Amino acid sequence: MELILEMLNFVFMRRAIMVGLLVSLCAALLGVSLVLKRYAMIGTGLSHVGFAAIVITGVVVDMIPPAWIMGFPPLARMIEFSPIILPMLVVVGAAFLLLRLSESSKIKGDSAVALISTSGLAIGVIVMGLTTGITLHICNVLFGSIFAMSAADMYLSIVLSIAVIALFVLFYKQIFAVTYDESFAKATGTKVELYKSMLSLLTAVTVVLGMRMMGALLIASLTLFPALSAMRLCKRFLFVVITAAIVAVVCFFAGMVISFAYNLPPGASVVGVNLVVFLLSSGVALIRRGGRA
Amino acid sequence: MALITCRDAAFAYDGKVVIEGLNFEVSQGDYLCIVGENGSGKTTLMKGLLGLMRPKSGAIEMGDGLKAIQIGYLPQQTSAQKDFPASVYEVVLSGRLNSRGIRPFYTREDRQVALENMDKLGIAPLRKKSFRELSGGQQQRVLLARALCATEKVLLLDEPVSGLDPIVTAELYQTIAALHREAGLTVIMISHDVRSGVEYASHMLHLQNRQIFFGSAAAYQESDAGRYFLRGGGPQWN
Ligand SMILES: Nc1ncnc2c1ncn2[C@@H]1O[C@H](COP(=O)(O)OP(=O)(O)OP(=O)(O)O)[C@@H](O)[C@H]1O
Ligand SMILES: [Mg+2]
Repeated sequence: MELILEMLNFVFMRRAIMVGLLVSLCAALLGVSLVLKRYAMIGTGLSHVGFAAIVITGVVVDMIPPAWIMGFPPLARMIEFSPIILPMLVVVGAAFLLLRLSESSKIKGDSAVALISTSGLAIGVIVMGLTTGITLHICNVLFGSIFAMSAADMYLSIVLSIAVIALFVLFYKQIFAVTYDESFAKATGTKVELYKSMLSLLTAVTVVLGMRMMGALLIASLTLFPALSAMRLCKRFLFVVITAAIVAVVCFFAGMVISFAYNLPPGASVVGVNLVVFLLSSGVALIRRGGRA
Repeated sequence: MALITCRDAAFAYDGKVVIEGLNFEVSQGDYLCIVGENGSGKTTLMKGLLGLMRPKSGAIEMGDGLKAIQIGYLPQQTSAQKDFPASVYEVVLSGRLNSRGIRPFYTREDRQVALENMDKLGIAPLRKKSFRELSGGQQQRVLLARALCATEKVLLLDEPVSGLDPIVTAELYQTIAALHREAGLTVIMISHDVRSGVEYASHMLHLQNRQIFFGSAAAYQESDAGRYFLRGGGPQWN
């Protein structure tokens, strides 16, 4: 308890926890749909594209002479927001590209994701290699850092999570129908493409917001683990959604406390807690079925 | 004016035509039974009628302001995942999605309709069960209840009795006939059960990668295709 209070004393910690809790919640809600639609890898693909975008943004920002910033104060503001806004535009673009690719079915969904995600990583690494003296720490980009959160992140994640939760509540029926049986939904007059685009868009935004804290390599797990754990425990879609949200929030908080107590990277700690919960819920599911695997 | 008009329509996968020469009409209150061998293009045509597939040539016209939201549909195979965590009630209720325009939650009426349809198909006791833990025939009835929830004008059924036991099969034909008669639904059903087809349907459409018969059920029994299929096919137990 004292540990938690001590942790909350730091401004950057409060910010990181705020952003993280909201992003985890959104990722878990979206993740249920993504996992059930066999579209779970999209998070990985998008985060790797985000990696490239962050590296390129970092390089471009580094190239701006300090004199310009002195002479034109709004530029400083723009630079503060740039590590979120630019990657967000790029990742949203990638999300729509992926959706198009998987619809045209010339390249199957999982290959399309693999294609985009490895290209993203490669481009990021090439840009890093080409520039020397870059101030970005590759380790932080890949595995995350809680010091990366700015006030801008906090405001954006609040707006985002309100949007995700509101859309989930308002369009719960549609999300269930589109997730459950796309062609039935389409045949009976649901605008399936619209809801799929909405899910892609929100996933892209969630990935970018969570990426700098959780790390480009780890953020996708926030969409996977809570949904998978919840699916082990629940038989109803509604309960799966609710359980996933609770699991995500609890795991995130526990992961942060552990990371603070033992001075571990936050992203990895959160994923670690999620893994433990997933194993526990798999165990519970196994016991419930009377040991039959 | 006809509800659905097919004008020389053809359907193809990747440029390869699988069904062509479709010329028929479905009017309000018809009961059309589509028959044909495996792979003859029945499901493909149904996807076309549902707007899930565009005709390669020709046209399918919807008359009388028929909209997708007035259609109920029972797929031959769902695109749903086998291990999807959903209760029977959730699945049936999802059929009501578009019946009341865009609203955040299901209304009391939606729930009422869902319960009635589950009663009709004898699955009300299963409502809290997980869909993935039902038998094939039980799943079929759940999906049929969902289709009934979705329909206002037209009910499209792709092999509704496959996997059902003889008693439920007979009951199901009765249920569909009653919906057709009393609720005035237009029914379009794909079936391998030609005998029941000519018994209940008003019209028959026989496909063999092209249209080889379309007309009234009585005329079908007198036609070459119908006589061959009714005798050669023999009684089919689903
Ligand atoms: N998704 C697809 N891609 C390519 N070809 C397809 C596809 N679906 C069906 N076909 C082909 O189209 C033809 C017609 O298939 P369809 O499913 O319409 O047959 P059907 O009459 O419904 O058969 P069944 O009685 O077995 O259900 C078949 O030769 C099949 O191989
Ligand atoms: Mg078929």
